[in-house]
Amino acid sequence: MSTRVAVYRKEHFNAAHRLYRPDWDEAANARVFGKCALPNYHGHNYELIVKVTGEIDLSTGYVIDMKVLSDLIQREIIERFDHRNLNLDVKEFAALNPTAENIAVVIHDLLRPHVSAQMDLQIRLYETPRNFVEYPA
Amino acid sequence: MVYLTRLEHFNAAHRLFNPDWTEEQNEAVFGKCANANWHGHNFELFVTIKGNPDAQTGFIFDAKKLGAIIRERIVDKVDHRNLNMDVEFMRGKLCSIENFVMAIWKELEPALPSNVQLHCLKLTETPRIYVEYYGE
Repeated sequence: MSTRVAVYRKEHFNAAHRLYRPDWDEAANARVFGKCALPNYHGHNYELIVKVTGEIDLSTGYVIDMKVLSDLIQREIIERFDHRNLNLDVKEFAALNPTAENIAVVIHDLLRPHVSAQMDLQIRLYETPRNFVEYPA
Repeated sequence: MVYLTRLEHFNAAHRLFNPDWTEEQNEAVFGKCANANWHGHNFELFVTIKGNPDAQTGFIFDAKKLGAIIRERIVDKVDHRNLNMDVEFMRGKLCSIENFVMAIWKELEPALPSNVQLHCLKLTETPRIYVEYYGE
């Protein structure tokens, strides 16, 4: 009988962003996004928790090798997001508002092709210690 | 003597960059912190005052009033701002947390009542990096 277990890897990155829709005027952006829309950006310490759920491999005892998972997150996410401006430096947000919700979806979609289809993948992203999102919900 | 600490928080963008240096020198010293398009942090500011509790109130100073002063003097000026571009009291200064905490002290200390003594500012840039300043 197979045993499904969830394993988690925690990583972090620091980035600047602003919440802003170029197709809205300044007043509409200010009304909806408040000070998050300020033109010179602000930033956060993002905490990222990647959850992988799958069956324990009988030969290794692992669901997934944590080192492999960590290297994957470093390569696909941290190296591209850390100490960057999400709006200006990360191409996925060239036309997508970098809300915590959208960042979580982007991170999921960047990692998904590299994690076995037999495993479930869930992203929890903390934008501040008090604001966090999960995807898939 | 009792020490009272009030914690406030804010989010801001910044960049470590010395305008007198070339891009290469900045890159060599500050690494990815020098990124021209900024990066950012969730900052936490711990403000510690010291004194003897007032006989009538039991307070050194009303913590709620202390919070209001910190928000008016500091948080309202830096929250969701770019420290290099938007903050008057950081103009011309390199935006390290060392310089930032010293500048915050200069802004905050004169705003406190004369019977309140500012003891320490602790400023966290990440959960793993913080500075403390005692006004020395």
